[in-house]
Amino acid sequence: MTGSNKTIGRRGLLKGGVALGAAGLAAPTFFDSRAYAASDGGYLNAPTGKTVTLGFNVPQTGPYADEGADELRAYKLAVEHLNGGGDGGMMNTFSSKALKGNGILGKKVEYVTGDTQTKSDAARASAKSMIEKDGAVMITGGSSSGVAIAVQGLCQEAGVIFMAGLTHSNDTTGKDKKANGFRHFFNGYMSGAALAPVLEKMYGKDRKAYHLTADYTWGWTQQESIQQATEGKGWETVNNVLTPLATTDFSSYVAPVVNSGADVLVLNHYGGNMVNSLTSAVQFGLRDKEVNGKNFEIVVPLYSRLMARGAGENVKGIFGSTNWHWSLEDEGSKAFVKSFGEKYGFPPSQAAHTVYCQTLLYADACERAGTFNPCGVGEALEGFFFFGLGNGPTIYRAEDHQCFKDVLVVKGKENPSSEFDLLEVVQVTPMSQVWYEPDHAMFAGGDLGKCNPGA
Amino acid sequence: MLGLNRNDTLLLIFVAIITLAAPILMNPFPTESSLAQFNAGYPDLMQRFVIFGIFAIGYNILFGLTGYLSFGHAAFLGAGSYACVWMFKLFGYNVLPGIVLSVIVAGIFSVAIGYISLRRSGIYFSILTLAFAQMSFALAYSVLGQDMWGLKGGLTNGETGLQVYSNDPQIFHSEAAPNLPHLFGVPMRETWIWEYGAWQFQFNAGFYLCAIIMLVVFYLSMRIFRSPFGLMLRAVKTNQNRLNYTGVNTKPYTLAAFVISGMYAGLAGGLLSAMDPLAGAERMQWTASGEVVLMTILGGAGTLIGPVLGAGMIKYFENIFSKINKGILEGWFSFLPESVADPIVSVLYLFTGSGWHLTLGLVFMLVVIFLPGGLVGGLIGAGRRLFRRGGGKAAKNTQPTPTSQAAE
Repeated sequence: MTGSNKTIGRRGLLKGGVALGAAGLAAPTFFDSRAYAASDGGYLNAPTGKTVTLGFNVPQTGPYADEGADELRAYKLAVEHLNGGGDGGMMNTFSSKALKGNGILGKKVEYVTGDTQTKSDAARASAKSMIEKDGAVMITGGSSSGVAIAVQGLCQEAGVIFMAGLTHSNDTTGKDKKANGFRHFFNGYMSGAALAPVLEKMYGKDRKAYHLTADYTWGWTQQESIQQATEGKGWETVNNVLTPLATTDFSSYVAPVVNSGADVLVLNHYGGNMVNSLTSAVQFGLRDKEVNGKNFEIVVPLYSRLMARGAGENVKGIFGSTNWHWSLEDEGSKAFVKSFGEKYGFPPSQAAHTVYCQTLLYADACERAGTFNPCGVGEALEGFFFFGLGNGPTIYRAEDHQCFKDVLVVKGKENPSSEFDLLEVVQVTPMSQVWYEPDHAMFAGGDLGKCNPGA
Repeated sequence: MLGLNRNDTLLLIFVAIITLAAPILMNPFPTESSLAQFNAGYPDLMQRFVIFGIFAIGYNILFGLTGYLSFGHAAFLGAGSYACVWMFKLFGYNVLPGIVLSVIVAGIFSVAIGYISLRRSGIYFSILTLAFAQMSFALAYSVLGQDMWGLKGGLTNGETGLQVYSNDPQIFHSEAAPNLPHLFGVPMRETWIWEYGAWQFQFNAGFYLCAIIMLVVFYLSMRIFRSPFGLMLRAVKTNQNRLNYTGVNTKPYTLAAFVISGMYAGLAGGLLSAMDPLAGAERMQWTASGEVVLMTILGGAGTLIGPVLGAGMIKYFENIFSKINKGILEGWFSFLPESVADPIVSVLYLFTGSGWHLTLGLVFMLVVIFLPGGLVGGLIGAGRRLFRRGGGKAAKNTQPTPTSQAAE
């Protein structure tokens, strides 16, 4: 209230603003409310030009940056193959022949990339910018379950398809499942179901297990799965100790194992965590110990080649499970390893494999549905049965959008021939053995909801 | 006007115009042009600009005025976020109760943490706040994220982040109301798109809600800066011992500043959840606390508008530079022969994509070394040099206060 001349100045300013706005409106323009747009095909970000944009949202910084980098390589390879470049990779061995190498539905595939930083918030911000700014019609990626679940929820709200990357938690297709989200990767329950019989065969029925578990959603669900599966085989669980995710020195967690009376140590850790905890356990001489008249054993339920490389010598002879391994001899795997190897000079990781498959599966579903509309694509994926993508016969279950396929039980190789040849496949566990019903207790409480086309 | 002097009124009007016209100003490049990569005018990023602007404005009330360097403000941001999502879960998707509760919860939280931390000053205060924030983070990430009291996922849902499920009570939710955050029926996600020639501008309901709230709290912070209370806070920064010797009890003032800035942080957290109904524990991590310190220093601690500029700058780097991948760089330099383009691309790629932290680090270093007063200090300096005659007077108000470092 300093003086009336100021108020007038402000009024003049407002008037000017209104005049400017009016001038802008008078020009040939149109307003369009995104939430109710019907003119562009009835769904969000319907591609109108000659191209279609996919969003690759992977960790480029943070603890899972290695996996993220490998995923990005696979995405680029998949885009190349979809657009008719390269040797076509697994498109040639894929059981569905809808893809013709001319993009998706005749539109050239383009992509945008983002950094999830392995944080739910950053991942959602990145995915939102892809949807809002770049017009992405599908988001894919993720190298940890928390991020995958967060981004899956966002895609459900926004109305685009989410094709999950590496996410192993039961929750992704359990209590957090969403109609717009699909997962090709296996999960904690499947790891348990595949591993337990092998462990029983190798180590016997009478074992006492001690669990060290990464203290977050994925760690808990995997620990629960492994405990249940091994107890079903007669094992006893002595203790389960939660370790904070940021732990780097595990010696204080490993020391009590020695006197606990346990004769098996289960490490529910991933990435750098697993490398450190395993190294710690080996340094304590656990593997040379004899407890209850039996050799002390270590198990790492979720294995990856990148982790095996980090842990070096220590992984020799240690059992675990994995979604896929490049040494598989089927046609699909051979084709994929060949085209990946020719482009980048080394074999792909399981993270690379799953995201490559997801991209192909999405593109194929669009072709079969004849649209990019998330509801149409979702329908085409639900209950879809296929083979030739490296995992044998696979089905995308309609009830929870989880892929069911064979699970590999692997062992650290005793005599690796190269820095990539670190794991050997012990057993291919058939799909029927890792099957569960959608209302299984570990997966209950979720609701797919209805597919959301975002318009 | 509104109890402000002329220069402050002008600044407020200027900020209001810039903020409300942001959807147009942030999209200077046509949608199809190759420079569209640098456009920032999409709803999510604009929302983040103003929300983190609010966070930094509040932080500046503590750090800029009293010099108390808190490394734990992310705890309040996170507490606000969780409070807001819980309101969604229990009562329904109207954002208003959520935002109000987030401010209250953050206020209570900051009274508790502030009361203890403010017993010390200087580096000890910083460490205490950092410890409390990391404690909150660990609680939210693991302890409170486990199934408890019959709640699946506990209070915070751990690593996954708290979100709304279709089987939540939502007792005030009606069939007519949109099934996503809304303000009396207007969804926060609602976006009007205005095509003007080759340009495309997005006017988002959520952004305008945040923008108006930011203008209100910006005005509030102006009043605090110019009040006797603000003067007292500056006195604390200049020499707290002298104040104590003259018989002034500074504790109530610093605690008030701490709580006010905590409530600002809670408001920002509530708005984050209102725009995107998921609250993750990382919002409480020390990196988030560090970010707001960077924002404030980058923009100019103790200045009114500086923190907002700093917040915008950091969010811009995080969201725009991180998306420039190798393919895009190669596209830019495709006119050059490959032997020339390849080295350029590989050098530039160090600074974009996954290397965006590096670029931000360099900018931060340059600002701290060459513009000790932050961006605002630099702008004022440049303005003075340009308009040597009239500049001195105009700049007086936004001038940073003498920079004596953290309270002794």
